[in-house]
Amino acid sequence: MASTPNLAASFDPATSPDLVKRAELSEIDASTKAPALFFLISAVLWLLVGTAFALISSFKLHTPGFLGDIEWLTFGRARSAHLNAVIYGWSVNAAFAVSFWLMARLSRSVLRHSGLLMIAGAFWNIGVTIGITGILIGDSTSIEWLEMPPYATPLLFVAYALIGAWALITFRFGKSGHIYVSQWYLLAALFWFPWLYSIAQIMLIIEPARGTVQALVNWWFAHNVLGLWFTPIGLAAVYYFLPKVLGKPIHSYYLSILGFWSLALFYNWAGVHHLIGGPVPAWVLSAGIAASFMMAIPVIVTGINHHMTMVGSFGALKYSPTLRFIVFGAVSYTLTSLIGSLMADRQVSEVVHFTHFTVAHAHQGMYAFFTMVMFGSIYYILPRILLKEWPSAMLISLHFWTVVIGITVYVVGLSIGGIKQGLEMNNADIPFLQVVANTIPYLLSRSMSGMLMTIGHLAFAVNFAWMLIRPRASQDTAPTLFQNPPEMEVSR
Amino acid sequence: MNRAPLIFLGIFFTLAFSWTGIVLTNQLTYGKLQPIVDETENKSYPEQMSGLAAQGKLVYQDLGCIYCHSQQVRRPGFGADDKRGWGDRQSVARDYIREGRVLLGTMRTGPDLRNIGARQASRDWHMLHLYDPQITSKGSIMAPFAFLFETRKIVGQASPKAIKLPAPHTAAAGYEIVPTPRAEALVAYLQSLKDTYAYAETRNVFVEPAAKTKTEEKK
Repeated sequence: MASTPNLAASFDPATSPDLVKRAELSEIDASTKAPALFFLISAVLWLLVGTAFALISSFKLHTPGFLGDIEWLTFGRARSAHLNAVIYGWSVNAAFAVSFWLMARLSRSVLRHSGLLMIAGAFWNIGVTIGITGILIGDSTSIEWLEMPPYATPLLFVAYALIGAWALITFRFGKSGHIYVSQWYLLAALFWFPWLYSIAQIMLIIEPARGTVQALVNWWFAHNVLGLWFTPIGLAAVYYFLPKVLGKPIHSYYLSILGFWSLALFYNWAGVHHLIGGPVPAWVLSAGIAASFMMAIPVIVTGINHHMTMVGSFGALKYSPTLRFIVFGAVSYTLTSLIGSLMADRQVSEVVHFTHFTVAHAHQGMYAFFTMVMFGSIYYILPRILLKEWPSAMLISLHFWTVVIGITVYVVGLSIGGIKQGLEMNNADIPFLQVVANTIPYLLSRSMSGMLMTIGHLAFAVNFAWMLIRPRASQDTAPTLFQNPPEMEVSR
Repeated sequence: MNRAPLIFLGIFFTLAFSWTGIVLTNQLTYGKLQPIVDETENKSYPEQMSGLAAQGKLVYQDLGCIYCHSQQVRRPGFGADDKRGWGDRQSVARDYIREGRVLLGTMRTGPDLRNIGARQASRDWHMLHLYDPQITSKGSIMAPFAFLFETRKIVGQASPKAIKLPAPHTAAAGYEIVPTPRAEALVAYLQSLKDTYAYAETRNVFVEPAAKTKTEEKK
């Protein structure tokens, strides 16, 4: 088995045999340092802001009087501030950093003129700040996933155009002839997002379409932000880090192709399942339901591909923080997508639509999958651009376990609560206020899990800040792992 | 081999496919849906919202009411929307064509509001409910909106708009609690929400046979 020395080598770049390749990679990593740091620091700050709004919103749902007199923190605004902070602040910033770092590495191309990327990053973060401030002072559009007022969005668009162009240029000037599956996902995501975003802005805000066509545009956009932007970037990271950390190739190239194209084909029709039972043409809903079911293909194919890559290497989960987060994310992707397909069924939707089940599902996708993959990626990328190691394995461990337990309690609790709520809501003999009262224990469980995840985020932020400020230690030659694999002890 | 152009074409056409299907086709087929002119009543439906209600809709948007309240009634037999009294008929596309922003909503942490104006017409009820939902709906988890009201000293005559709150919310002697213009507008908007007109397309809606026999038995 060749994987044993490779495993150690992939944990610890210093043991890599291929010195030339290593020198090239270091040069590429170094070229991404300034912009990647900028985006990652912004991402972590937004994560903390988003977490604060999350807790406030969560408390308000079971204790409505909590901060009840403060207009700018009323539930409808705090909740939207939470969504926009974690989506456009945390997730997109992290996605940008991970995307162009991966793109540079995979294209074997140094990132040119990174100063312009920093300007784009500044535009993006100023845009998000203005947007969230706008929501809090009462300028929200009340369009789901597009709450930011129109005066913030042009900034976002300019920033996006610059960043997207940068990734394409990096790809174009790359030296690598082969296009790896992660690059397909990244290219697709970078191309799809501006299309979705501009159509949504035009047809919902600038020149609103008539009637419920708006609802179709809204959900075509909002679900595709998940499916055609966050999912491809998350999968690109999984496809890169899984084999990278394990030091062996991905199981099947053909499964990767099948997974990619079936996702591209089916995901973008699936979003309208959010309107089942609503005042839109029934054929669109049927098409959306069919596409949602067909999503089982890319999900299962990708799941098998990842699982088969992992087979024989599960032991590595004991050591590598990156691997642990990425594997948790990949498993969650399979689970949440299959649940999502089920939710599109008309009978299931009749119950769970309009309930907290949907909220649980959204968090399973955006957190248990995407955010966990981003955490894993950051644990890998940061040491390579800063050339230092994570200061505390204990904090990484705390981070991992609090967020894993937190999100599991969150998803399980709210899912059960949501199904119960849906069944009771469809039984008109139960008074509505009783249905509401019966959800409260589950809303409390959500607040508890939220507090646990907050501890995890703080541990992550402390470790992150500590890593930035501490000097580069000369004895810092070994990577920070949960524990050192035995073969690495030998190799040193 | 450089596969980049091929990959790009695939990326382009997959999204073009759903964009054409979901967005463009629907915009072309019913994006120009017109109101119905009822000659017996000499009115067109859906009716235009009053100016005050339209302002109230902006308040509804800025406070984020949509995140707990949907505005769409599902057909009888699919869910229990009709039995809960949220509407006599299902919502249809035409109901929304006069709205600059369509607020269908995806959550029912609170009840559907598409017909709240029909089932709860009282201004006073809405005012009390907004001030503190516990007054009218004990155990509700809705946020209180007391910040939409003003406590002020009574100078001369008491304002006719002042709301009468039960204990312990009652204003101190010599003071009164008056809704701000935003509260007045929001309530006007809520009162305006009613899709009671029966369009041709709402008359022939499939109803589950079981539900039908029940209503017939009652008759």
